[in-house]
Amino acid sequence: MNLLTQGAPGPLAQLLSRAGPERRSRWARSRTRLRRDLAFVASGVPLHLLTAPLFLWATTQLVGLLDGSSDAAPYVLPVALALILVAGFGLTGAQRWRFRELCGREIPRLRFAVARRQFAYHWLVGPCLAVLELAVLALLLLAVAGTTVYAWEWLLPMGFRQAHQNYTTWSAFVMAAGVGALFAVPPAAAALVRLEQRIAPALLRDDKAEALKQRVSDLTESRAGAVDAADAERRRIERDLHDGAQQHLVSMALNLGIAKATLKDLPPEAQQVIDEAHRAAKEAIEELNNLVRGLHPSVLDELGLDAALSGLAARAPFPVRLRADIPARPEPAVEAVAYFVVSEALTNVAKHARATRAEVTVTRLGEILRVIVTDDGTGGADLAGGTGLRGLAQRVSSVDGTFRLSSPTGGPTVMTVELPCSAAAQ
Amino acid sequence: MQRRRAVIAEDSVLLRMGVVKILDMAGFDVVAECDDADGLLVAVEEHRPDLAVVDVRMPPSFTDEGIRAALTLRERWPETAVLMLSQYVEERYAAELLARHTSGIGYLLKQRVADVEEFIEALRRVADGGTALDPQVVAQLLVRRGSDPLDRLTEREREVLASMAEGRSNAGIAAQLVLSESAVAKHINSILAKLDLPRADADHRRVLAVLRFLKGSG
Repeated sequence: MNLLTQGAPGPLAQLLSRAGPERRSRWARSRTRLRRDLAFVASGVPLHLLTAPLFLWATTQLVGLLDGSSDAAPYVLPVALALILVAGFGLTGAQRWRFRELCGREIPRLRFAVARRQFAYHWLVGPCLAVLELAVLALLLLAVAGTTVYAWEWLLPMGFRQAHQNYTTWSAFVMAAGVGALFAVPPAAAALVRLEQRIAPALLRDDKAEALKQRVSDLTESRAGAVDAADAERRRIERDLHDGAQQHLVSMALNLGIAKATLKDLPPEAQQVIDEAHRAAKEAIEELNNLVRGLHPSVLDELGLDAALSGLAARAPFPVRLRADIPARPEPAVEAVAYFVVSEALTNVAKHARATRAEVTVTRLGEILRVIVTDDGTGGADLAGGTGLRGLAQRVSSVDGTFRLSSPTGGPTVMTVELPCSAAAQ
Repeated sequence: MQRRRAVIAEDSVLLRMGVVKILDMAGFDVVAECDDADGLLVAVEEHRPDLAVVDVRMPPSFTDEGIRAALTLRERWPETAVLMLSQYVEERYAAELLARHTSGIGYLLKQRVADVEEFIEALRRVADGGTALDPQVVAQLLVRRGSDPLDRLTEREREVLASMAEGRSNAGIAAQLVLSESAVAKHINSILAKLDLPRADADHRRVLAVLRFLKGSG
């Protein structure tokens, strides 16, 4: 014993110290849960009962109106009905708060479309739940009263005690019943909480289809945001490159060009160095231009898809025919994707298809921008083959576009991309 | 040779400094440097230069200020030749310029200034009343065309056509494509015949005919 009290690390002490916190924590956990459940139940009473007096008031006004006994009823009744309506929404908000704060359960925001279920909850289910909640609270009250009967029985009137001589025997029963009730409170409260958790979301939240619809629209919005952010980032990089590196490179190439043109009497080695530097600078400019073209060229923002595509088509290492019929500019994200599609497609054709010519057709018909790229190459292009095509298909699907590829061995290859664009965008 | 006078409108200081140097080498005194279209118009009104070098994209909106200023310039002071510099080629801008004015006009990509000797040649050609079109302009005009008489041209004839459209003389085309001048003349006759274009002696008239053809029914 002595050893134990001194806290020596004997096996038993270890066992105790291990079991101790665990037991205490279970006790603490169940106490916390009980406290939470009781708070939840108690807070439900006013919220669920609030509708009853309102309802009664409205009913008396209605009765007053119908039998003509009340002069004020025609004016008061609409107020009562309006209050009922407003109270419904207010109560839903309060219930959502209650479930979130006391139960840790999020009830998705309700919209007007399902107001019927919301009112069913507040006006029909609510009062029943209030009765159950009151019952649990009453049980708790009686249990506490019963358990502590010996502490307050002396408060009983003297007359009563004299009339019931055996009240002390009864007190023992009362206390036993109180202790029993005390044990019944937590499961009762927990059961009621579970019941409410099951009922409230079903009636207060959007139904599954509604919730899914909401989720889809949220996701669509956030994805559009992500796509726009990526576009904005590309644009920023393009601007930075154009305002910074490109200007310096052009200036450098120009000065080297001047040196090359004027310093004719330099030794041939020096001339050669200047010549090479000049060529390297020009190549760097060209590479930078290619990089920018692959990202997001400024011509796309300023003049639109049509103008940007003719630059792309003219730079392809094989003849490209371009037909563009775009009466109204699509939104920037769609323009960017369409541009990227043509850019990647022409790059792919140049790399793999051994084509002698290609044709790019871009037409906007109502809310669809259709991009068709055909080449007379060897065909056999495959989504699984190169990463280029896969990236292309992904970029297309990022704006809910469709991507079709027909490329039989021997050609020709036809790539069709359709991008939805909103009618309002200019 | 008498030195001629030029103004430049370009908002990038680095590039402007470089072009001023080249203008000086090409025999032009730069009488005014501006960084926007309004400044350009004021400067041209004041100095009446032989040549204006104009950036397409300038403040405040950075779109086509330069093109509009150039159109105004050619309208009001036709004796001032205009060479446009652009970050990228917009063939409709070039076409718009060329539709109204047949001489003393140029449209080049900015990066061409690095090829100093060719750029000097283009500056002089435009100031002399000729044309200087970037090869990229011609290439972009070509992609717009549907199936047409261009298909009847041989590979060599296409090259000659492109050089012709850029504003080069027969001698210039011969030098660029490493051909004899008589071969060039023969190719040109063949091209003009195949495309049903009128023969013209002056280079810029010929360019115009070719360009009209290129941007015609697409």
